[in-house]
Amino acid sequence: MPVMNIIQAVNDALRIEMRRDQRVVVLGEDVGKFGGVFRATSGLFEEFGPDRVIDTPLAEAGIIGSAVGMALYGLRPVPEIQFADFIYPAYDQIVNELAKFRYRSGGQYPAPVVIRTPYGGGIRGGHYHSQSPEAYFVHTPGLKVVIPSNPYDAKGLLLSAMRGEDPVIFMEPKRVYRAARGEVPEGDYTVPLGQAKIVREGKGITVLAYGAMLHTVIEAAAKAAEAGIDAEVIDLRTLLPLDLETVLTSVRKTGRVCIVHEAPRTCGYGAELAALIAEKALTSLEAPIERVAGFDTPFPYTLENEYLPSPERVMASMRRAVEFQ
Amino acid sequence: MAVTAKQPVSPDEPFSILDDNGHLLPGAVAPPIPDADLKRLYRGLLLVRIMDDRMLRLQRQGRLGFYMTSTGEEATHLGGVYPLTLDDWIFPSYREPGAAFWRGYTLKEFICQLFGNAEDLVKGRQMPVHHACRRINYVSISSPVGTQIPQAVGAGWAAKISKKSDVALVYFGEGATSTGQFHVGMNFAGVYKAPTIFFCRNNGWAISTSRDRQTAAKTFAAKAIGYGMPGIRVDGNDLLAIISVMNTAVQRARDGEGPTMIEAVTYRRGGHSSSDDPSVYRDPNEPKKWEPRDPITRFKGYLETKGLWTEAWDTQIRDEINAEISEALKAAESVGPPAPDTLFDDVFADLPWHLAEQKQQLLDEIAAAGGVRKLSAH
Repeated sequence: MPVMNIIQAVNDALRIEMRRDQRVVVLGEDVGKFGGVFRATSGLFEEFGPDRVIDTPLAEAGIIGSAVGMALYGLRPVPEIQFADFIYPAYDQIVNELAKFRYRSGGQYPAPVVIRTPYGGGIRGGHYHSQSPEAYFVHTPGLKVVIPSNPYDAKGLLLSAMRGEDPVIFMEPKRVYRAARGEVPEGDYTVPLGQAKIVREGKGITVLAYGAMLHTVIEAAAKAAEAGIDAEVIDLRTLLPLDLETVLTSVRKTGRVCIVHEAPRTCGYGAELAALIAEKALTSLEAPIERVAGFDTPFPYTLENEYLPSPERVMASMRRAVEFQ
Repeated sequence: MAVTAKQPVSPDEPFSILDDNGHLLPGAVAPPIPDADLKRLYRGLLLVRIMDDRMLRLQRQGRLGFYMTSTGEEATHLGGVYPLTLDDWIFPSYREPGAAFWRGYTLKEFICQLFGNAEDLVKGRQMPVHHACRRINYVSISSPVGTQIPQAVGAGWAAKISKKSDVALVYFGEGATSTGQFHVGMNFAGVYKAPTIFFCRNNGWAISTSRDRQTAAKTFAAKAIGYGMPGIRVDGNDLLAIISVMNTAVQRARDGEGPTMIEAVTYRRGGHSSSDDPSVYRDPNEPKKWEPRDPITRFKGYLETKGLWTEAWDTQIRDEINAEISEALKAAESVGPPAPDTLFDDVFADLPWHLAEQKQQLLDEIAAAGGVRKLSAH
């Protein structure tokens, strides 16, 4: 089985789907001849030509707005927003238009657009190349939000997303774009949206994470094991729809929870997870739910390692939960 | 065909004063500039060229995370800023450091920003080249392009409301004309006669996207017509021509006649940034075609015709600039990173409770590690 990184897996998924389905078009800034600033669309322009791999003017609202129109007309657009930090000029098109088209037209006009966008810190990108804006989109009724942590899931989830009927915000963890490598089957397969994955079984505490933070958590869990803490690590993979059952089953077993994300803490996705667990499994809890998140500051440049949750910070949080009596 | 300072051959022809050798074109009139300023301007152009060269090399050596050069576009920096006073505002994009230097942004401040260290005026919160210096009315740079355009309209408009004669100059690339903010900003400025000068550096490339993918219009200057303001196309590699059209635009703004759009036709000879590899998407011979139109060589030619340039002086100021950069670099490299708890400053005017709590958490964590700064390596 070939070994790929996440960029190659995304590229592979796009190529497979574009060959399978003539309706799929890719559009965005620098995605054509250049193949994308992270090379995720490399080679697609050469194979599918300028009508299906489109270099657009520099205007995110134009990219998403025109993708919405293409989807309404019957195409399957897969726009790329170069960095998640640049998605805000298209916010109105995403939140008010894309997400709501089906509903507001009484089911007459679905808009199946998959927006791919690299997100997250740890690349010394400062405020404008590091953000994790997933919570804005999870909060928007009508959008699905997917964040893979590894190449296998990236390919399988992207293929599922492109074959679905709903708009999807597909966020790619750019810090591990190249670092996360793994075996990826050749050809077609899908990973269904809405299914989490237990990546490490344990009995002592449930740790929930997704995207780049999953790797931080795995490191923390390995260190915790040396200290006698038996963590169960769950990769959520899809934030909406959430695989709540897998989460609750684990929480009922361990009684302790630590939630990790790099987006700011306040009203971050962890708040929703904590609320859901409290609602559904309060009597199973043996300690307050721990959250490890980015600080409620703008994403810094020089101090990004202070900002980002570290394995040590995650482990300290796990220890607090486990030692709570 | 003769090109005069007053009358370009056609509205689409960029207005030039100097030919490629720095001689006045037939009938062209140079704007009146004192000799001392002409020499200072030449030094300003050289400073950007040399600084870019040094900083890019520093980046390639791994001593600097990221950099963006302006090679071949230096005349737009100096030509935009020279006709302004220090009270006027500049809303820069990321490719006009020469305008900041002209106004007194020091080389050490510049390099400290690149390092994001404790003496960086931006406090280590932005990527390299995202300068901001209130002292010289040089407003904070944003990576998303075009966001500064309506802001510059607001600043110019505010000056008008406050009955001051300040103008706002906003720099952006031709790629930014595709953004909504450009259209919104131009429209507001036209409607409200804001004393704002829209300075479009048309350098041909927005990362890998060529200028013909940004607009089907023949020129970018033509866009001004739809917003009820003059649009002037100027040779962006001709410092005198830029100063000349800027003089007109500044006068117009101060006289209450409103905004002007300037399209400076130039060329991005380097990559978009140190992370870019233009050989992937553009003919490597294309930048070479622009070398004979180099703005510094042309301006040097002009100084020579005026008896203001000698080889010895040129060598002397290059040596001076290099020594000043070395000194600034040495000073900047000795400055440490910002204190960790500065992370929480400036989010609000006062620190709210939840940030105070998080700040304490970070300080406790560092104290528990024996006070050792092990998280961000420098």
